[in-house]
Amino acid sequence: MNQFVKLWVIVGLAFLALPLLVIVPLSFTSGHYMVYTPEMLALEPDAYSARWYSEVLHDRDWMLALRNSLIIGLSAAALSTVLGTLAALGLSRSGTPGRNVWTALILLPQIVPIVVTAGGIYSAFSDLNLIGTYAGVIIAHTVLAAPVAVITIRASLERFDWNLLAASSTLGAGPLLTFWKVTLPLIRPAIVAGAIFAFATSLDEVVVIQFIGSYDQKTVPIQMLIGLREHLSPAILAVASMLVCFALSILVLSELMRRRSEIYARKTTKT
Amino acid sequence: MTDDIIGRYENVSKFYGSMAVVKNLNLDIRRGEFLSLLGPSGSGKTTTLMMLAGLQSPSSGHIFLNGRPIETTPPHRRNIGVVFQNYALFPHMTIAENLAYPLKARRMARADIAQRVQRGLEMVKLQPLAQRRPTELSGGQQQRVALARALVFEPSIVLLDEPLGALDRQLRETMQLELKQLHRETGVTMVYVTHDQAEAMTMSDRVAVFNDGKLLQCAPPPEIYDRPTSAFVAEFVGESNRLSGAVAAVDEGGCTVTTDAGIAIRTRPQPGLQRGQAVFVYLRPERILVGGAAAACENRHEAPIADAIFLGDHTRLRIELPGNRDFTIKQNFFGETRPPDLGDRIVFGWTAEAPQVVPV
Ligand SMILES: Nc1ncnc2c1ncn2[C@@H]1O[C@H](COP(=O)(O)OP(=O)(O)O)[C@@H](O)[C@H]1O
Ligand SMILES: [Mg+2]
Repeated sequence: MNQFVKLWVIVGLAFLALPLLVIVPLSFTSGHYMVYTPEMLALEPDAYSARWYSEVLHDRDWMLALRNSLIIGLSAAALSTVLGTLAALGLSRSGTPGRNVWTALILLPQIVPIVVTAGGIYSAFSDLNLIGTYAGVIIAHTVLAAPVAVITIRASLERFDWNLLAASSTLGAGPLLTFWKVTLPLIRPAIVAGAIFAFATSLDEVVVIQFIGSYDQKTVPIQMLIGLREHLSPAILAVASMLVCFALSILVLSELMRRRSEIYARKTTKT
Repeated sequence: MTDDIIGRYENVSKFYGSMAVVKNLNLDIRRGEFLSLLGPSGSGKTTTLMMLAGLQSPSSGHIFLNGRPIETTPPHRRNIGVVFQNYALFPHMTIAENLAYPLKARRMARADIAQRVQRGLEMVKLQPLAQRRPTELSGGQQQRVALARALVFEPSIVLLDEPLGALDRQLRETMQLELKQLHRETGVTMVYVTHDQAEAMTMSDRVAVFNDGKLLQCAPPPEIYDRPTSAFVAEFVGESNRLSGAVAAVDEGGCTVTTDAGIAIRTRPQPGLQRGQAVFVYLRPERILVGGAAAACENRHEAPIADAIFLGDHTRLRIELPGNRDFTIKQNFFGETRPPDLGDRIVFGWTAEAPQVVPV
């Protein structure tokens, strides 16, 4: 029975990982098409090259998309993290009135179908002249990424010892000093993790941006969609492989952060 | 307000919703004293303490510190040290950094800070652990750090909320002595919350007994022990034999209570008693005299012993007195006087000083 379950787990994981196993080697093709050539299957060195990677790095469209992804992603992540930290602190305090209502409101963008959110943002932003601007896309991505930051940071606050803040105030530190010297250092790992997830959320986002972004704000995934529609080249595979690498490093990084924040939490709860 | 009153609660009440947890509290804290707030869990001691620290605000009434009302002063400007029950040490700072924290918050000069931290560490004998983190310390050591941190900035009052609650008994007793010594050395006013009556008795200059949000009595330990003014205080502090009855006579020389079982008890004059009033009479087991010593007592009885338990420093005798079948006598039998056997009839009694009469 146990063996049987194990087998299914392996099959399931293989099924999930298969696209990666197919895509990553194929991105190193020296040919023009997204297919495994007989030479590649024979593992001939000539059949492999990094040409599509260099192609991507020298292509103006791809580089614009990469720049946009970084600008929009980093800005949205920064905004989401600041707002998310404040929101998480407020929502975790037992004294905050209407916590449940606020929590539901803040998490709403996570629950509502993305197209609905996109439509709403579109109609709101057209009145504000934010359509086709960086500011518009960044704000929209912040709306989507902030809940992710809130969830991550709130999780670490579950075990936060609020007595430490009371102690800090009786020791003569005002609210601001307490925040910098006590709150922030203790939840920093969770904040960093929240920022990473917020960045990943923005990087992944392809629906809202199609509503409110213009050609100038196209991000990497948008460029991939364009690529798939216009000229199906292995360059897309190269980009996809890079994104996979990026996603993997985020995974590793956030796991490290989670562990650190767990250690902090243990330290604060142990008496 | 006189100079020797450092803090004052004036008609202070605290409600959570419609539940009153502190009820019309009037209490003075004297400069330099060790005041204990004693009461069962949920009696409002922590709330009382936290209102002084500024971490809770009174629903009504006023709190004064050094003669000035402090409602509008935020906690970080009150200059009151607090030792929390779980210590609340900053886990991301070393012990030295924890001690330096209140000094840095006050923007003291670096050299001053170093010197004071050093003195603070010496005070609680923790110099070797200055660079450790709180989690690397034992409970008792963490306790000392919390204490030093609450003292290092020379607060006008130090508040301690059941600081020894988490320690084992032996460590508790050591820490009680250390705390008492620190109080003597620093001369700082300490307000100490505890639910352990023995602890309150041994450490305090005065004990304030709370129950159900009400301050019942505030007095030095001997007075709390010997002259409780309410049934709750008499029963919460120490051990007592209770007899219920009614006041039969009040005169110049004292008063007489007749218990429900018909025993007449003569006591010293006690204010506020009226003829016919229903009362409890409390008798401490060790205030009851046995044998020859009882000969001169105003109240004297003879009865068989129902139980005798030898406990080393004393023997507990149980007498089935009418109205209280667990009437206990603590007696130290020593030398010639042989502990009586079960069923032996003994003579016992008490002076008019011993009984404490309180309204039901
Ligand atoms: N923040 C709060 N909200 C509601 N009730 C509270 C709060 N804090 C304390 N209480 C209640 O007030 C009462 C007194 O609490 P507390 O002052 O902590 O008592 P003590 O320290 O004597 O055990 C308790 O019944 C407690 O449940
Ligand atoms: Mg308490």
